[in-house]
Amino acid sequence: MSASNTRERGAAIDIKGATKRYGNFTALDDVSLHIEPGEFMTLLGPSGSGKTTTLNVVAGFTDLTSGDLAVGGKSIVALPAHKRNIGVVFQHYALFPHMTVGKNVAYPLTLRGMDKQARDRLVVRALDMVKMADFAHRYPSELSGGQQQRVALARAIVFDPPLLLMDEPLGALDKKLREWLQLEIKRIHRELGTTFVYVTHDQEEALVLSDRIAVFNQGRIEQVGTGRQLYDEPTTLFVAKFIGESTSLRGAAQTSGNETSLTIAGQKIVAGGKLAGGRKPVVLLRPEKLSLASTKTPAAAGQNSLTGEVSEAIYLGSGSKYQVTLRDGSVAIVRSSLEATPFSIGDTVDLRWSVVDAKLLADDDRADMTMT
Amino acid sequence: MSQTSHTPAAGGDHPRPAGAVQGPQRRPRLAAYPSLLAMPALALLIAAMGYPLLTVTLRSFSDPAWGLQNYFWFFSTPVNVTVLWRTFSIAAWVTIVCVIAAYPYAYLMTAVGPRMRLVLILCVLVPFWVSGVVRTLAWVILLQDSGIINSVIRLLGFDGVKLIRTQTGVVIGMAQVLLPFMILPLYSVMRGIDLRLVQAARSLGARPARAFLQIYLPLSLPGVFAGAIIVFILSLGFYITPALLGGPRSTMLSTLVQSQVLSLLNWGRGGAMGVVLLVATFVLLALAAPLMRQRHKQASRS
Repeated sequence: MSASNTRERGAAIDIKGATKRYGNFTALDDVSLHIEPGEFMTLLGPSGSGKTTTLNVVAGFTDLTSGDLAVGGKSIVALPAHKRNIGVVFQHYALFPHMTVGKNVAYPLTLRGMDKQARDRLVVRALDMVKMADFAHRYPSELSGGQQQRVALARAIVFDPPLLLMDEPLGALDKKLREWLQLEIKRIHRELGTTFVYVTHDQEEALVLSDRIAVFNQGRIEQVGTGRQLYDEPTTLFVAKFIGESTSLRGAAQTSGNETSLTIAGQKIVAGGKLAGGRKPVVLLRPEKLSLASTKTPAAAGQNSLTGEVSEAIYLGSGSKYQVTLRDGSVAIVRSSLEATPFSIGDTVDLRWSVVDAKLLADDDRADMTMT
Repeated sequence: MSQTSHTPAAGGDHPRPAGAVQGPQRRPRLAAYPSLLAMPALALLIAAMGYPLLTVTLRSFSDPAWGLQNYFWFFSTPVNVTVLWRTFSIAAWVTIVCVIAAYPYAYLMTAVGPRMRLVLILCVLVPFWVSGVVRTLAWVILLQDSGIINSVIRLLGFDGVKLIRTQTGVVIGMAQVLLPFMILPLYSVMRGIDLRLVQAARSLGARPARAFLQIYLPLSLPGVFAGAIIVFILSLGFYITPALLGGPRSTMLSTLVQSQVLSLLNWGRGGAMGVVLLVATFVLLALAAPLMRQRHKQASRS
């Protein structure tokens, strides 16, 4: 089957100005998001950031205070959940305990009045897809968590919905099983061509699965983009800290022309371009962009240098990871390949990086508050 | 060998030499005999249930002479059979009324917040703490021909209804007294039902009514059955409420037993009635058992 063929089965989603208030609490604050047909979109954020509320709104379990929601170009805001034809996979499986696996998967087809023959064929196909065909006569309580979640997935796709919602489906499973099921979900997405909307708080899972990721924070979307965009070009400090590891540096800022520099514990560094709006700047550095050097070797041209002390050195096999405590007390995380001369705890070192590898962002108190 | 041994002198894995002088003798611990925990209850049951039951059964076969004459008498007297049938019929009605009244109430208890839930639980329990006699007397006041219910009905321009000393009155009174025995087991089962199952059914295309009938109701049935059995069995032996609210046409078996034993001092016939009731109840439960057998384990993990 060709890619264009399968893509047609997915529906485009348009969320426009979605707002949900509970009394004084705003769970969703003017959220707008466009999802392409057949896209794998992950809603990523800490708990209480609005990602699950968004999912519940799309599924029809929660009504919007204001805003619009369209699937395949048609507004579904007024439709009750049972008329939306959207598959939902829940974190705790939500399999019907009084029905066998086969009956569970057949349930949506029975509701649609399908005759037994056609129903059985589709059930077998869906169970085959999640590799659970041998378990059709078991009850959910006789299955492991991973098996139950695969059955739940089969039940959500058996009626061929144009959109599948998944609410932290792997949250209750152990790491090994989670990693394997991530690949299974990716495969099923490829085979079905259905639009997937996936909620998680696990950034690694988001990076593995998604075409694009929407990062949620406090009821708003901070940034939408591919994993690479979010990692390399974060637009807010929150996104930078939520996706991957990073070091943030703060200090007294001076701006001259188009260049901002920071003074940190008496050492001056070039931070990058000019920050719009005159907000307090913070320099963000990814661990692999940083390197350590002896204080005796001079910094190369275009490199910044800050002196600190190695406070932790971890050998990782493929390289080493260091924590360096700078003179102003902040801690930098450095990842280096094995060729580098090993440093040990207590060594005084220079932290070096190219000016172009640093990311200058507006400081944001919220970012620290919500990171746990 | 790094193994620790209780007998350092004897050492090794050798069995303890018999009669060897040990440290403080280990007392038999309660944990070793878990069945001991059931002893007080068992003793009470044997003394207060087993022995009298045995006596009653024996007497039903031996008083005034050995034989089945008490049972022949029971089944050859039409009034006894009518009352036996009526006893089961009233118990069934009480059970039905209790299920209908308790189901929405128990559901409400699972749906409201913790403070409201406490209020609802108190509403169930407070009447429970009041003696059954007092509550039944309250029903006498409510149900009598010049009582509140009839006054309201007449005020609305209808004819009064005969409630006191009728079977309807007995069922109303008994249902009220027994309602907590239906609500509490129902609530404990409903509390364990994951409401996301209903959401899941809705997302799969089930209308709210259908999601309730196909998902919620079947999962709540164990609670219905548990409550129904308790209410039904308690109804069979009810004495005070039918005696106070009922008339001659709503006599239940316990009243007949009472008059045989206490008024006529006929222990044999009273005993036979008791045994008939007991056996009939067992037969009924045996018939209902396959209905209640759960094919699945309750999935109330959350």
